Amino acid sequence: MKNKLLPIIITSLFIIIFIFFYKGLKNSNIYTPETKINIKVPLFDGELFSEKKIINSLELFQVDKYYLLNIWSSWCVPCRQEHPLLMNLSKNRNIELIGINYKDTKINAKNFLAELGNPYKKIIFDDKGIIAIEWGAYGVPESYLIKDGIIIKKYIGPLNKTLFNEINFLTK
Amino acid sequence: MKILKLSLIFLLIFSFNSLKANNEGINSKITKNLRCLICQGQSVYDSDSEFAISIKTLVDKKLEEGFSENQIYDFFKEKYGDWILYDPELNKNTYILWLLPILIFLIGGAIIAKTFIIKKK
Repeated sequence: MKNKLLPIIITSLFIIIFIFFYKGLKNSNIYTPETKINIKVPLFDGELFSEKKIINSLELFQVDKYYLLNIWSSWCVPCRQEHPLLMNLSKNRNIELIGINYKDTKINAKNFLAELGNPYKKIIFDDKGIIAIEWGAYGVPESYLIKDGIIIKKYIGPLNKTLFNEINFLTK
Repeated sequence: MKILKLSLIFLLIFSFNSLKANNEGINSKITKNLRCLICQGQSVYDSDSEFAISIKTLVDKKLEEGFSENQIYDFFKEKYGDWILYDPELNKNTYILWLLPILIFLIGGAIIAKTFIIKKK
């Protein structure tokens, strides 16, 4: 009886391991970033771009209002592509745009805004990229739709016409 | 008196140096265990991407603020999920990963013990 039990245990163990590995083969190897939503906006202190004033994240976001926080940089080509859409969004009265200027110089950022327009109500200067990490960002551009201090949608990469329409629909 | 002052200065310099070196040691230990999410197969420590540089700076800042190693891991896990850690913790998603090798080792050991030791008796 004992001699019969051992091969059964070994075979069933191998079958279990085989099923695990076989299932693993079918999993995608492509890493898709986690887009954590419905979480509170992170707490941070940041320097305002236009004036040398430190502002706390709690002062930035009021209740009952939509905000689109956009991480951008003058050296980022996709940011240039999405900028006209941000200019259009700034005309939407239901939403306020806040920018985080990521790893940039003030001169280059000012030139960028002078050339393409400034859609932001406030800009936070993040020369070390630390604030972007607090937001869980992977790079530039990235946008976060915020309502009542909660991130309700996260957009990794540049905004396009479809996402622009989606934001307008959500903030109606 | 002069000697006392000089030795005090030396002591201060060396103590600061060792403090900094200590922080650097923890920093590299932490950043080696953090995955660079925008790179392929590289840790934050190995990478020079903008993302990795920002994380290294933030780890330094958190250490200066008095965060412990585990608190820093928790912070990054909250922002980017478990995937950012190379050394995953034991939880409901990873228990098979941790327990299967131990289970196989124990079963293998039992088989060896049974065939060699018990048979000899």
